[in-house]
Amino acid sequence: MVGFVAWWVSLSLYPPYACKFCRVGRAIAKPTISTLRFFCFMFSNNILVKVQNISVKIQGNDILDNISLDVERGRIVTLIGPNGAGKSTLVRIVLGLVKPNYGSVFRQTGIRIGYMPQNLSIDPILPITVIGFLRLSRVKTDIQQVVAEVGISHLLDRPIQKISGGEMQRVLLARALLREPDLLVLDEPIQGVDITGQSELYELISKIRQERGCGILMVSHDLHLVMAATDYVVCLNKHLCCSGHPEAVTKDPAYLKLFGTAIYTHKHKS
Amino acid sequence: MDDFLWRALLAGVGIALIAGPLGCFIVWRRMAYFGDTLAHSALLGIALGFLINLNLMFSTLIVCVVIALLLVILKSQKGLANDTLLGILAHSTLSLGLVALAFLQNDGLRIDLYGYLFGDLLAVTRSDLYWIYGGGSLILLGLIRVWQSLLSITLHEELAQVEAVPVVWIHLLFMLMVALVIAIAMKIVGILLITSLLIIPAAAARNFARTPEQMAFLASLIGSLAVVVGLYMSWHWDIPTGPSVVLAASCLFILSLIRAR
Repeated sequence: MVGFVAWWVSLSLYPPYACKFCRVGRAIAKPTISTLRFFCFMFSNNILVKVQNISVKIQGNDILDNISLDVERGRIVTLIGPNGAGKSTLVRIVLGLVKPNYGSVFRQTGIRIGYMPQNLSIDPILPITVIGFLRLSRVKTDIQQVVAEVGISHLLDRPIQKISGGEMQRVLLARALLREPDLLVLDEPIQGVDITGQSELYELISKIRQERGCGILMVSHDLHLVMAATDYVVCLNKHLCCSGHPEAVTKDPAYLKLFGTAIYTHKHKS
Repeated sequence: MDDFLWRALLAGVGIALIAGPLGCFIVWRRMAYFGDTLAHSALLGIALGFLINLNLMFSTLIVCVVIALLLVILKSQKGLANDTLLGILAHSTLSLGLVALAFLQNDGLRIDLYGYLFGDLLAVTRSDLYWIYGGGSLILLGLIRVWQSLLSITLHEELAQVEAVPVVWIHLLFMLMVALVIAIAMKIVGILLITSLLIIPAAAARNFARTPEQMAFLASLIGSLAVVVGLYMSWHWDIPTGPSVVLAASCLFILSLIRAR
């Protein structure tokens, strides 16, 4: 409560931050503001990760320019954007694997993050079974329970190179869930999965959010399927094009310019 | 059987036991050429040892660690492809070692260069055995301790990092272990053949294993068998021991391919 009031006061004191959707283009925050915002962030424990005005340059090239993003408990945030838009880089920043050149990242203290990386291919020279792979997460969680949750109980003794793309994604999801995460970060979860498998996987992800109440940050370049399974969409193309509720984003001119109208008018039955 | 044969057998089997699990990681992490580069630089270590009158295994260890660290630093510069870099370093250090030894020989030092390049298992002394079993148990203990973390990094480095595995430290520790095994194996199979003792048993073990642990254990077993067979062939036909052990390992690898089909 105290946190919320302080948060609100900080917002009204500093007009540039008054509107949640108008952050784009507002540059450098004064140190006092970031300090104040940081304390507010510490108090309001619904926000798991707060990325503020970050920029990333790699060898002089802008990879990300002035991006802000919040991931809250119990919400699904989806990053979309064309190839090379910096989606994976932003994910790495949230995970703490990459440090931004400018801006700040606040991660709530003590949260556990579960990470599902993009297409993991394991060299056939390394013999390992699915259960062996899951045990590497080194946690004491009941593996059987998580395995049943994502529906891979029948795969446990198979060599990991002998399972299909869709099954592999579920195994990776299980490994992320074993950490009992507060925040689940999924990098292109439906890659290499056939169409029916895709909607099943999205359903599973929504179910996980409902049952576990964790926050989910997801990357996708699939558009229509993802719209149904998300609360908030961030459209990225090095800078932040537009963001908001899926319905609103699909009508945003910046989104249409990036993806064209063809995809948005196409009605996909899911 | 003669005393020196027993020592050779003990030394060879000791090396094979450590080389098994470590070799598996070299194979899994595609670091064969990295191991080769370290091994080539070992000759420089020998030259250094003669120059400043140091235990040869110790001086080799120092040079290998320095080269490994140099590789890590150069790799992060991103100027050259990794294999090009390894090739440059491998042959530069080998040549430098040969040149340094030639200078020392001109000054009257008598050394058996052939023995260092291709190994001289039959010249193993009691103190070599202490080095092998002391260093070997150190490596084995370290490896058991970081086994899960190292495996996790090998499969997916970033996933391991998110799961709070100290990636940089484990990397360094692994390189140190490889450097140590090269330093103590150098005398047995020789600089030019060390990597084969790391890689061939591991590759042969692959076709019989279902888990990483099985593969490591089998690699140790196959390596030991290769040492026994190689030593026997060497003694029986009076052929150089290093190549004879490596050939025995190669034969076992070919046999494992038959099983795989």
